[in-house]
Amino acid sequence: MAALEEGFTLSAVPLGAGPHGLLGVEQSDRPDQFLVTDGGRTVILYKVSDQKPLGSWSVKQGQVITCPAVCNFQTGEYIVVHDNKVLRIWSNEDVNLDKVFKATLSAEVYRIHSIQGTEPLVLFKEGAVRGLEALLAEPQQKIETVISDEEVIKWTKFFMVFRHPVLIFITEKHGNYFAYVQMFNSCTLSKYTLLPGHEEKSVIQSFTASVDRKVISLMSLSSDGCIYKSLIPIHPNDPEKNQRVVRSLLLKTVVSGNVRNGVALTVLDQDHIAVLGPPLPASKECVSIWNTKFQTLQTSKELPQGTSGQLWYYGENLFMLHGKFLTVIPYKCEVSSLAGALGKLKHSQDPGTQTVPHFVNWETSQGYGFGSQNSEQSKRILRRRKIEVSVQPPPSKQLLSTIKKDSEKRIVEELCKFLASKQTPDFHTIIGDIVLELLGRHKVEPSFYPRNALMQLIRTHVLSYSLCPGLMEVALEKTDVQMLQLCLQQFPDIPESITCACLKIFLSISDDSLQEAEINMESVSDYIDSVQEEKMEEQTEILHNGFNPEEENCDNCDRELNKKPQDTAEETTSCPVIPKRAALLNAILHSAYSEMFLLPHLKDIPAQHVTLFLQYLYFLYLKCSENATMTLPGLHPPTLNQIMDWICLLLDANFTVVVMIPEAKRLLLSLYKFVKSQICICSELNKIEVSFRELQKLNQEKNNRELYSIEVLELF
Amino acid sequence: MGEFKVHRVRFFNYVPSGIRCVAYNNQSNRLAVSRTDGTVEIYNLSANYFQEKFFPGHESRATEALCWAKGQRLFSAGLNGEIIEYDLQALNIKYTMDAFGGPIWSMAVSPHGSQLLVGCEDGSVKLFQITPDKIQFERNFDRQKRSTVQKMLVDRQYMGVSKRKCIIWGVAFLSDGTVISVDSAGKVQFWDSATGTLVKNHLIANADVQSIAVSDQEDSFVVGTAEGTVFHFQLVSVTSNSSEKQWVRTKPFQHHTHDVRAVAHSPTALISGGTDTHLVIRPLMEKVEVKNYDAALRKITFPHRRLISCSKKRQLLLFQFTHHLELWRLGSTVATGKNGDTLPLSKNADHLLHLKTKGPENIICSCISPCGSWIAYSTTSRFFLYRLNYEHDNISLQRVSKMPAFLRSALQILFSEDSAKLFVASNQGSLHIIRLLEGSFKHLHTFQPQSGTVESMCLLAVSPDGNWLAASGTSAGVHVYNIKSLKLHCTVPSYNFPVTALAIAPNTNNLVIAHSDQQVFEYSIPDKQYTEWSRTIQKQGFHYLWLQRDTPITHISFHPKRPMHILLHDAYMFCIIDKSLPLPNDKTLFYNPLPPTNESDVIRRRTAHAFKISKIYKPLLFMDLLDERTLVAVERPLDDIIAQLPPPIKKKKFGT
Repeated sequence: MAALEEGFTLSAVPLGAGPHGLLGVEQSDRPDQFLVTDGGRTVILYKVSDQKPLGSWSVKQGQVITCPAVCNFQTGEYIVVHDNKVLRIWSNEDVNLDKVFKATLSAEVYRIHSIQGTEPLVLFKEGAVRGLEALLAEPQQKIETVISDEEVIKWTKFFMVFRHPVLIFITEKHGNYFAYVQMFNSCTLSKYTLLPGHEEKSVIQSFTASVDRKVISLMSLSSDGCIYKSLIPIHPNDPEKNQRVVRSLLLKTVVSGNVRNGVALTVLDQDHIAVLGPPLPASKECVSIWNTKFQTLQTSKELPQGTSGQLWYYGENLFMLHGKFLTVIPYKCEVSSLAGALGKLKHSQDPGTQTVPHFVNWETSQGYGFGSQNSEQSKRILRRRKIEVSVQPPPSKQLLSTIKKDSEKRIVEELCKFLASKQTPDFHTIIGDIVLELLGRHKVEPSFYPRNALMQLIRTHVLSYSLCPGLMEVALEKTDVQMLQLCLQQFPDIPESITCACLKIFLSISDDSLQEAEINMESVSDYIDSVQEEKMEEQTEILHNGFNPEEENCDNCDRELNKKPQDTAEETTSCPVIPKRAALLNAILHSAYSEMFLLPHLKDIPAQHVTLFLQYLYFLYLKCSENATMTLPGLHPPTLNQIMDWICLLLDANFTVVVMIPEAKRLLLSLYKFVKSQICICSELNKIEVSFRELQKLNQEKNNRELYSIEVLELF
Repeated sequence: MGEFKVHRVRFFNYVPSGIRCVAYNNQSNRLAVSRTDGTVEIYNLSANYFQEKFFPGHESRATEALCWAKGQRLFSAGLNGEIIEYDLQALNIKYTMDAFGGPIWSMAVSPHGSQLLVGCEDGSVKLFQITPDKIQFERNFDRQKRSTVQKMLVDRQYMGVSKRKCIIWGVAFLSDGTVISVDSAGKVQFWDSATGTLVKNHLIANADVQSIAVSDQEDSFVVGTAEGTVFHFQLVSVTSNSSEKQWVRTKPFQHHTHDVRAVAHSPTALISGGTDTHLVIRPLMEKVEVKNYDAALRKITFPHRRLISCSKKRQLLLFQFTHHLELWRLGSTVATGKNGDTLPLSKNADHLLHLKTKGPENIICSCISPCGSWIAYSTTSRFFLYRLNYEHDNISLQRVSKMPAFLRSALQILFSEDSAKLFVASNQGSLHIIRLLEGSFKHLHTFQPQSGTVESMCLLAVSPDGNWLAASGTSAGVHVYNIKSLKLHCTVPSYNFPVTALAIAPNTNNLVIAHSDQQVFEYSIPDKQYTEWSRTIQKQGFHYLWLQRDTPITHISFHPKRPMHILLHDAYMFCIIDKSLPLPNDKTLFYNPLPPTNESDVIRRRTAHAFKISKIYKPLLFMDLLDERTLVAVERPLDDIIAQLPPPIKKKKFGT
């Protein structure tokens, strides 16, 4: 259940002296530390757990900070804008803001955005966007105007979607609202008009947004007290056209209508939002948590001294002004058992910010978007950690130019030529570049999907996930199972989240579409065919496996199993999935993973798929235990350890789910029984180990010669 | 090449003693190893891991600690409460000093090597100053009863609940103040010596962790467990570019079956030894610069010297054990057969004699005369000579009494071919020649060592015609003496590697010398120069497979009728070198195990080379020609040794 904990005041010093309260609360590069920008002239760095400030910086008398200070996560420095155009960059050691690095820009800045994993972005009031590096290289560069004359930016947010930065900003013009979505990997800016739904004309007072794989869900709190939701696609079908997005009602009257200010909302997770404002016209202001799925109020907390109508949410803390003081209220959404059982605890974290192992991201060295390629290294001392632009030797230039414009057939021809040529030491990076180039073109023109060329490149055995980070995402989008299988077989460094995404697709894809796919069947060919022929007579053999568990401790489970003897027989002898799906699942079994990173993703798999996968694993296990060496026949089959590890992983991740599903229960029981019989065998073997040793000794003595003999030796 | 009847002997019931301590000396790259019978052995790691010296043990002198100090001085201490310094030149004990604290359990040297600390049974720690020729008692640290400076409580828990006492088997104190302890509960623990707190705990075994050794750089250490496992710990960076470092267990090795009682850490290798009697040297691949054959794992089980001598005339074998000698007569057969056949015995081998030593000292060396009528052996302080009389099947033994005073201790004993002379290499470098008469003896001459040298001679060889005696120490070349004129005839130039075996060929009087780097030289004594064949093979070089063998040649003999043949053997092969055949080059198939039944004579002749090698008998402790057509091979199968060791810690084979 979502709950608000006891809040605490962060500062004893009154804040929010300006008319608009605080300018902002932003994360710093260290957890638990936040940059608070006062409306006046001050930036304060707070450590929340200690409830005390670590540092404070002010601009000179007469200067006004116009944009909240942010932290550049790549360098650990702080950035602020005062007087609309003057950019300041400083670090923790600096004392006086007046003496730190300064850049005067040619246009007025609306916001600076900075999130983990990418360089900060500067959003100008006219709607133009620049990367910080590119901007600092030439501060006086001309900034174009994107939005129309009387349009004003109202709100903005910056996301990472599959490691690609996406910026959204909302403008208002004469009571009409527009959303702009800027994609930086493809440099596209799409404009949407936000159409009001059925509600009467109202003023939108606060925005918040969360991002899913393909859509941004924009939520807005209107002056009528209701929350509306609009879905904006990240990848527009036609970026050129002005598109419309309809707002739909999400929650009704969460705050009293006709409140002019002091209203705000923010998304907490997939199903929860926090709303700041008075619930009834007469009541005091309060912060409340709503569940959007069930449309219920989860909890709320009164703020008797009033707020400034601003709300920030980072990590597990809600930040707001309460009276004149910055207050932190920790928010927790505890895992309730029901939620866990239903598999609802999803992590809406963006894959880009997840703690996947860090590989070299070749993409950054390629430079995405707006001219960071030609950004010269500025000579300022302050900018210590520079992003190293590694100089790549141009791969086969002709090939790259072919990729840019020619047809797929032509590309494949060129590729063959290139691959036939001599391999250079940096062959793998060149291959990586080619793949990135192909993917880049695919992103620009989604119809272009050079499948054959990509497959050919993967088959060079030199690619890895980190060399071409976008490839598997594209394949996932296209549900190209053949390519996914190939990637799983070839790449040594696939993040667990991607492995799990593949698993989901492999489990959910329909049999019909599988039949069409060309899938490498070598890992299953030998044991799945044989299944169909042998069917029934095998069962007795399996159950015994060198040991007869009858009338022993497994009575109970036996009885339960025997209730439906036919089903059990079916379950144990025939493969629960078609061979093609089995081949795909085998590719998953072979992939490398780290339990810690994989487990959270496994929880997202729907229950019936978990059961199916478990059934398949159980089938493999039975197949394994049919022969003495405990191996599966065929080329490169999954090993017993892999099978066991995955059974354990799946059960660990989804135990509550599996326990509640009737069909899975029988599976669990048979698994339990099987493991038990294995333990019995081991203990029996341990008991007779001494006898084995004696036998071995006897055998040795037979071979052993006597203590003395006379032999004939001829040396040649 | 020839057909032989081979007496394949497996009744030499030799079991090496378990290893108790190892100590590595960085300066000389030598390793001192002490065994449970008190023997101390010195291995030269630069000379192909050759065991170049040994100090015989003593029943009452169980060594518990061994260390090098002041450069290359070697000390040991043991349960008799004495500290012993060894004389590495004269190969005897320089002096012993009682610490007066009861049995000594541990010993350590101060970092500068000038002070020696011993830990005694009564709980005291005693400090000795190392003076140039002795050690001098300096201080006594009594057990601190109440005013404990720092106490570290070691968790006694051992896989759940255990009532057993937890014993700390070893500690190491690093210069940064970290204390590492290993204990009987299978833990390796890191302590902060300033605060006395446990910093880190590694549970590495279900049994005792018995030994620890830290490298000089203090960036890596090695521990040995009672399960026979050796673990390598290294100080590695936490992340790739941070300066913070952490001790991490990096590599486990399982080269032992029993307790690893002692470990040492050389700059390039981990060295371990224990109850299973193997000395294992495991090079650290990341520290080895050249990845050649020297980087391979070495497992040394058998001594690099002969424990067996043979009387050809009477077909007798004399086996030397720690405290007794055994005399066996070989059997015989009348049958014949073809290659590989085992012939039916008409007479089995007989155990003729079991001769127990008097006193607690271990036997250093022993020999039986070629005629079989004399047996001589020596301990550290006494020399024994026996006369054997054979009357049909009865054998009588008579000790020759009144040995002269100078014959107190011998490092090597040899009888002349006609059994009329006895040659004794004593420590202090002198060589005595004694004429044997029926039941008595006469001292003929003593060759004194070259002035200024005190190096003892460990190997002797006499020419079959009785004119020449060759003697070699561990480093200073081979001296050849003329026995007729009783003068030093010549000295074979010294070579970088120690001599492992010597022999003088009949008729030609060529001296064949094998070195620990597997080189073999042939030196003509009459001409005082290397022979043509020796020069040729030095010019061409030995086959790489020959040079890659990892046990030294311990015995060389000759065929009485075929002057071109040299027989030699190490622990895993025996070889007949036919000097008349072309030498193999590195492209030649060196080992030629298949009988060339299907090949034509042409191919055989084309592929034939001088080295005829057989690897049938192994581990081979002794091999010699009894007559033209008969060989005797003494094997000691490892399984037979293991069968005599205490059972190892039982590990479950099946399941969990």
